[in-house]
Amino acid sequence: MQRRRFLILSGTGLVVPLAPVRPVHATPADVAALIVELAAGAELRDGRVKLDLPVMVENGNSVGMTVSVDAPVADVQSIDVFAEGNPLPHVLRVRFGPNAGAPRIATRIRLATSQTVIAIAKMADGTCWCDSVDLLVTLAACID
Amino acid sequence: MVRVLTNVPKQAKRGEPFDVKLLISHPMESGQRRDAMGATIPRSIINSFVCTYNGQEVLRADLFPAIAANPFFSFAVVAQESGMLAMTFTDDNGIVQTETVSVAVE
Repeated sequence: MQRRRFLILSGTGLVVPLAPVRPVHATPADVAALIVELAAGAELRDGRVKLDLPVMVENGNSVGMTVSVDAPVADVQSIDVFAEGNPLPHVLRVRFGPNAGAPRIATRIRLATSQTVIAIAKMADGTCWCDSVDLLVTLAACID
Repeated sequence: MVRVLTNVPKQAKRGEPFDVKLLISHPMESGQRRDAMGATIPRSIINSFVCTYNGQEVLRADLFPAIAANPFFSFAVVAQESGMLAMTFTDDNGIVQTETVSVAVE
């Protein structure tokens, strides 16, 4: 393509960038929107759910996490975990069946940066409970 | 087939919760990384994990790319009678794998 023609086309917006520009991290607003959708009108209250994460994380590639709810298993509909600073904020969703011994799960997660991680427990009666941890990540999970 | 390590007690007491641990050998490629040429490495993760005891559900987890490589899970199971604990996971390529462990309840 001739340089002049390219300049004219780009002036009219006909030359589109090769890769769409996309934010690297989710924002707290994105997560808030996801939580509102999950809560479906219920008020979000602190307590009952406990999110166990280290406050200082040396390696974001693998961070041990435990989420538990202080309630009988049958009362818990689902547990969701969101990480505000990850490119994709949703981390995990768990539902428990009749053979679960306790509403608790432990796993290892990735964290892209220092951020707030939020756990939401949705109860069978429709109420929603949350817990959050502010943490510092020294070595981020590699995304590049 | 991927390698799976499970830690399940062989015997359990009736109605008393016992802990199950599970380690799956899987890269959990997040779909966020790029290779040396700058092309996106396609996502390939385990997206669903279901554990049942004698066909009745223990838990069902939806997993997202934020789960670390070689995923580890630990959770509690309660049993009323001897039976089979089945742990099934599905990855993005549609591969379904089930690990079973028998538990004797006294």
